Amino acid sequence: MYAFEYHRPTTLAGALADLENADAKPLAGGQTLLPTMKQRLASPSALVELSGVPELSGIARDGDAVVIGAMTRHIDVAQSPVVAGAIPALAALAGGIGDPQVRNRGTLGGSLANNDPAADYPGAALALGATIVTDRRRIAAEDYFTGLFETALEPGELITKVSFPIPQKAAYVKFPSPASRYALVGVFVAKTADGVRVAVTGSGESGVFRVDSFETALSANFSPSALDGLSVPADGLNSDLHADADYRAHLIGVLAKRAVAAAG
Amino acid sequence: MVHVSMTVNGRNVSAEIDPRTLLVQFLRDTLRLTGTHVGCDTSQCGACTVHVDGAAIKSCTTLAISCNGSTVTTIEGLAKAGKLHPMQQAFQDNHGLQCGFCTPGMIMASVDMVNRCGPDLDEATIRHELEGNICRCTGYHNIVRSVAQGAREMGAAATAQAAE
Ligand SMILES: Cc1cc2nc3c(=O)[nH]c(=O)nc-3n(C[C@H](O)[C@H](O)[C@H](O)COP(=O)(O)OP(=O)(O)OC[C@H]3O[C@@H](n4cnc5c(N)ncnc54)[C@H](O)[C@@H]3O)c2cc1C
Ligand code: FES
Ligand code: FES
Repeated sequence: MYAFEYHRPTTLAGALADLENADAKPLAGGQTLLPTMKQRLASPSALVELSGVPELSGIARDGDAVVIGAMTRHIDVAQSPVVAGAIPALAALAGGIGDPQVRNRGTLGGSLANNDPAADYPGAALALGATIVTDRRRIAAEDYFTGLFETALEPGELITKVSFPIPQKAAYVKFPSPASRYALVGVFVAKTADGVRVAVTGSGESGVFRVDSFETALSANFSPSALDGLSVPADGLNSDLHADADYRAHLIGVLAKRAVAAAG
Repeated sequence: MVHVSMTVNGRNVSAEIDPRTLLVQFLRDTLRLTGTHVGCDTSQCGACTVHVDGAAIKSCTTLAISCNGSTVTTIEGLAKAGKLHPMQQAFQDNHGLQCGFCTPGMIMASVDMVNRCGPDLDEATIRHELEGNICRCTGYHNIVRSVAQGAREMGAAATAQAAE
């Protein structure tokens, strides 16, 4: 790890001021940032620890949405009665991230800012039509995920919270990598008043994506059999040592059916 | 350099450290608490698991300065008055270790598991909850037995204490 300055602001304004330095980076739970810095793939000149900023925490129901602060840990989402009552699929997703030690430190904001193509939360955010709220604007999930580890965030822009609209039904099913528990393939299916949304993580060469053909079929008939005969082309899917693109394409179909069945 | 202070195993400690210092380095190198191990240094193996403010975390993936003001418990802090913690005793009783390298992390993760999931743990729960800890020796069967016994005994001890 290269040397850095350390800041621990106690207000959002203080954090933003500390982040004005172009080479400064926010530190959430460190579950991605610290390993990256150890490997010298990142070398911020300063780290701005967010854990002391009260504006970034908390889980609350707000009308037809659940609003979750950026610094909320995976364990807190997994154990939240508010989330379990409104969007049980989201609580289950958080409870399946990594392992208990990772869930005890990793955060919603850190996961979405990082936009790892194998991460779970991007699937939920895109399928549920979440809004990513930052210190300066509101970004629809559609516009937020812009590529592999790429997001619409500007330098120094902080995610403050995320608003997840409550669906009628939803489920997330992932095929976890046996080593890391990251998604080899993960499919999030949400049935909303405006139709069904299907988001796939773990697979796309440019990160999380929606599957129009599945959505159309499921909007007409929300049952696993509606997906019979439909498939996702292997073009544009990742091939790596864990799974090739054809296998991922196959898993997307299988897991989508399982997710529909699980959503009930 | 930054100033850090925290409570480790009931003792107040403070030091001037480089902000880069990982919690595990602070525990092992500064405080000489070498029971916490480094297996992978890449967040995978769980050998470095300690409790920070009651939650199990990987101390190789946490800055010491992030724990400023926190309460930290390491494997050295579990035994009370010369008597092993029920989870430590259970690992001994069930031959839950061979080389012992993973054991401090296994035990810290297991105590956290009982704190969150209660004392009645079935095998599937124990295996799922130990996903963050890797053992290269035992094949896990005896670890699972150890955790089940340790959990029951932690539950019994809590009941006995409540009755007093
Ligand atoms: C062993 C292991 C297994 C894992 N398994 C999974 C898994 O199965 N599924 C999964 O989805 N993830 C998994 N993860 C990742 C984990 O979910 C973390 O949440 C994720 O790495 C982000 O970490 P963090 O919240 O600690 O953020 P950090 O590592 O602190 O930060 C990550 C990035 O986000 C930036 N950032 C943080 N907060 C904000 C904010 N509020 N606004 C703007 N930028 C911000 C940081 O500057 C940094 O660039 C795993 C991680 C590990 C170590
Ligand atoms: S040494 Fe920390 S997880 Fe392996
Ligand atoms: S006992 Fe040797 S690694 Fe677990």
